[in-house]
Amino acid sequence: MSDLLELKRINVSLGGTRILYDIDFKVEGGSVHCLLGDNGAGKSTLIQCISGTLQPDSGEILLDGKPVSFGSPRDALAAGIATVHQDAGTLPLMSVSRNFFLGNEPMRGRGPLRRIDFRKADAIALEQIHAIGIREVMHAKQLVGTMSGGERQALAIGRALYFGARMLILDEPTSALGVKEAAVVLKLITQARAHGIGIVVITHNATHALTVGDQYTILIHGRVAAQFARNERSHEEILSLMAGGEELAAVQAELEARHNAPVGELA
Amino acid sequence: MSQVTEVRGSEAVQASPATDDGPADPGPGSSLRVLAGRTIRHPTIGPVVAAALLYGVFAWEGRQYGFLTEQGTASWLNVSAELAVLAMPYTLLMIAGEFDLSIGSTVGATSMVLAIGVSHYHWSVGLAIAVSLILGVVIGLCNGLLVVKTKLPSFVATIGTNFVIAGAALGLSRTLVNTSQMSVYVHGFAHSLFAGQWKSLDVAIVWALVVTALVGWLMIKTRYGNWIYAVGGNVESARRAGVPTDWLKVGLFVLTSLGAVVVALIQTIEYNTGNATAGQGFLFQTPIVVVVGGILVSGGYGSPVGVIFGCIIYGIVSLGIFYAGWNTDWAAAFLGGLMVIAVITNNYVRRLALSSGRPTDRARGKP
Repeated sequence: MSDLLELKRINVSLGGTRILYDIDFKVEGGSVHCLLGDNGAGKSTLIQCISGTLQPDSGEILLDGKPVSFGSPRDALAAGIATVHQDAGTLPLMSVSRNFFLGNEPMRGRGPLRRIDFRKADAIALEQIHAIGIREVMHAKQLVGTMSGGERQALAIGRALYFGARMLILDEPTSALGVKEAAVVLKLITQARAHGIGIVVITHNATHALTVGDQYTILIHGRVAAQFARNERSHEEILSLMAGGEELAAVQAELEARHNAPVGELA
Repeated sequence: MSQVTEVRGSEAVQASPATDDGPADPGPGSSLRVLAGRTIRHPTIGPVVAAALLYGVFAWEGRQYGFLTEQGTASWLNVSAELAVLAMPYTLLMIAGEFDLSIGSTVGATSMVLAIGVSHYHWSVGLAIAVSLILGVVIGLCNGLLVVKTKLPSFVATIGTNFVIAGAALGLSRTLVNTSQMSVYVHGFAHSLFAGQWKSLDVAIVWALVVTALVGWLMIKTRYGNWIYAVGGNVESARRAGVPTDWLKVGLFVLTSLGAVVVALIQTIEYNTGNATAGQGFLFQTPIVVVVGGILVSGGYGSPVGVIFGCIIYGIVSLGIFYAGWNTDWAAAFLGGLMVIAVITNNYVRRLALSSGRPTDRARGKP
């Protein structure tokens, strides 16, 4: 499969601190690339480079093999790269259709009578959220705040896809969700993949990463610690790497040592 | 947000879901309950009920003192209308999550511009009005840019500009004409436009109706309304969706200042007096009626229609206490109490709106 997006030797420093060192990163169309790593490893900084929030100090970003530079999130969005953040970016006190079309409102009428075509907006919004599997919402005027966290996440993803995203960046899409809710989002991710969308998922949840991931990149202290495809490593290896790899092994050894110590020493 | 307003709007469609597995139509028995549920969740219902109750109270208390006469009615309508001209743009600003505490001194400064311009420098009235409007735009731009560039809370930034404008208006007035209060007489078309009367009704009522219609249209029908709700709901989400949040806020500060300028023109021409310190009352009256009208203090929710009733409540209370023969010293306490009740009610209505609106599992026949 061809590369949709390719990052070459990306370097970023913020406020004099080196955050990312020579990162290479690829996203193929119709695949899910899981970006893993501890807090502060540089995951967010890397996706900020892709979503246009941040410009790397050096390195290349290639979209469909052609070099691009995103000066703002709007540039990235125009190129078809949509980012859905942890809080999903929906507005709880606004209706489903107003949320769905925020910034892209369908209009009718002209001059001073130019107004939102609510008939169209409501119909499309409802149709789209039903298509992505949210069956409980019956009315496009319903406030988004009445929807569950998973449904809001799904709404944000569905919205990005409807407006022509070719690539989705999902920042911790399941971290705030319950088990069933997370399943809705994961299913939506696999649906989007089936439609040829390239997807980057940041997650801390090993099970979710194993469920949907095709490629994995693990960042440690701003460097690529491991990069591999799904079938190149065993589940155990992936889990171990995600959990912090060697560092965790060291902690485990220490715990075991304590556990084996005579009882008197612990007291 | 104006969920029900839209549903009731003339062209609103009951977007009937084209799915077979949607819930069956609620039976005739429950449709009344659905309507009742929706009504109680609507942000406008509180101010409407409060206005009706207060009108009843003061109509009864003031019935022998002329509250119900044409003149009595006109007196509170005029007060409500003048306030509405400023409260309507202020509503947009508050829905966008910002405050403007400089409006009081903008009113004072404008009235001195008109008075000094016309009486001292013998400008034409048209020129004086044009200069006033430009002043409004400049003040609004300063407020707006200060808030979006420094990211200071608008509450703090506009307290600052309030005193800057108040001090400058006073200082300049004393320097130029050696007084902070000056007579001004405006005749002809400008007088009819800002201070015309029909029977006891002021032309301010027409201003209020026009401004309300424009604001209502803007919020309910246009994309700018969508953006304003979104900016007040969550600035970051709005920005990510491509809403030009900074320019939107700056624009709303300008509209609010222009509202203050129009109110100043109405008062100055009506009372034939420019006063640098006049208008400080609006500083708190305006946000009070906006909140009483059902707008969340934190922004993002509320209907401009409710604010009309907020203004009406203010008119009824401030004049009603007078007509009822009560001690008018108590008017402020009364309005302050109303505002506290309104803030609590608004939060409650917001919670209601979020807690429901979706049929419960039981109502859908699921376990």
